Amino acid sequence: MAALQQRTFNVIAKKEHELLDSWTGELEASGMYRNVRIEELRQQTGDFIRLLVAGAAQADSTDLRASNWEDMRQFLEQLSHSRVLLGFDSQQTAGFIFSFKRPLMPVLQAEYADEPAMLAEQLWALSELIDQLGLHTVRTFQKSREAVIKRQQEELLELSTPVVKLWDGVLALPMIGTLDSQRTQVVMESLLQRIVDTGSEIAIIDITGVPTVDTLVAQHLLKTVTAIRLMGADAIISGVRPQIAQTIVHLGLDLQGIVTKATLADALALALRRSGLTVSKAV
Amino acid sequence: MERIPILRMGDFLLVTIQVDMHDQLAMTLQDDLAERISSTSAKAVLIDISALDMVDSFIGRMISSISGLSSIMDAETVVVGMQPAVAITLVELGLTLQGVSTALNVERGMQLLHKRMADK
Repeated sequence: MAALQQRTFNVIAKKEHELLDSWTGELEASGMYRNVRIEELRQQTGDFIRLLVAGAAQADSTDLRASNWEDMRQFLEQLSHSRVLLGFDSQQTAGFIFSFKRPLMPVLQAEYADEPAMLAEQLWALSELIDQLGLHTVRTFQKSREAVIKRQQEELLELSTPVVKLWDGVLALPMIGTLDSQRTQVVMESLLQRIVDTGSEIAIIDITGVPTVDTLVAQHLLKTVTAIRLMGADAIISGVRPQIAQTIVHLGLDLQGIVTKATLADALALALRRSGLTVSKAV
Repeated sequence: MERIPILRMGDFLLVTIQVDMHDQLAMTLQDDLAERISSTSAKAVLIDISALDMVDSFIGRMISSISGLSSIMDAETVVVGMQPAVAITLVELGLTLQGVSTALNVERGMQLLHKRMADK
């Protein structure tokens, strides 16, 4: 494995401005970084070159995990994080690093004009290092993206499970979206907690917003209903649409022991009746 | 030896579990309760588990079997004040406690029992 010569980095440091101009020019010309301000781009390319030289000056290692590349790693992580926020895709983010190779070639060629063997060796080694840097950027880019998605998922989870108080002692839970194990857990916990807090005896689970009911969803519903019963409250399931009723029958699901109603209004009427209340028209 | 007190209130027996249940304690409670139901000819048993924040399958089964033995001795059982976490655990363990009546708190449980007694 060819080692990178300090001489290579010296020449990079020496030709910093030249490299910077051609690299930034190239990035600009590619048109991929239109949302990034030119000063910012210049700043980033400048930082990159400086950190590259500084990292190589500290130790020989071209292994990105080594301590001399600590600052570089941090810089790349910040870079990819800001790219995520700006809505760049992974190709654009990685392309930023990889495009550094192009302006680098003529500089090295000029430096090692008389030593073709050395030139090839240095080009190869440097190219490997830049590949590593690029891959690290992509990896952190992916991580930042995943973090964003995860946060959104969590927010969605919390937003989509509000527990509503319909009447004194009557709680309603309008479910929107597909029911999976995780959501059922969250829904169950928040509903049961509200039952304890408010001392409500009837909980209505409205599944109008649940697109499909399959065996798994039915099982989750059954679990929730059983837990509510264990707490000492009653559960009513409302919003069973005709198609869903058909599906339930076709699948042969057993919803026995669960009170189901077609609409939330029916469920509320039943809840009021059970609480001994009547609604009458004012004369 | 550690024991869970069983209080008599008229025709009812009141059991409030305020310590962490372990298996031996559960067994003792079951025995004591059977004894007390027969000696007092109680009509109903009210078990308050609002202070219980952890259960395992053994405790779950104990609740079931207490309910079973009471009904054989002609006494109703109501379990009151189950915590959300406990309810979820029992459901996940597959213990649905079929045939056990439940209520939100002691007051509601008493109301339920009075109603049942009146219906009888």
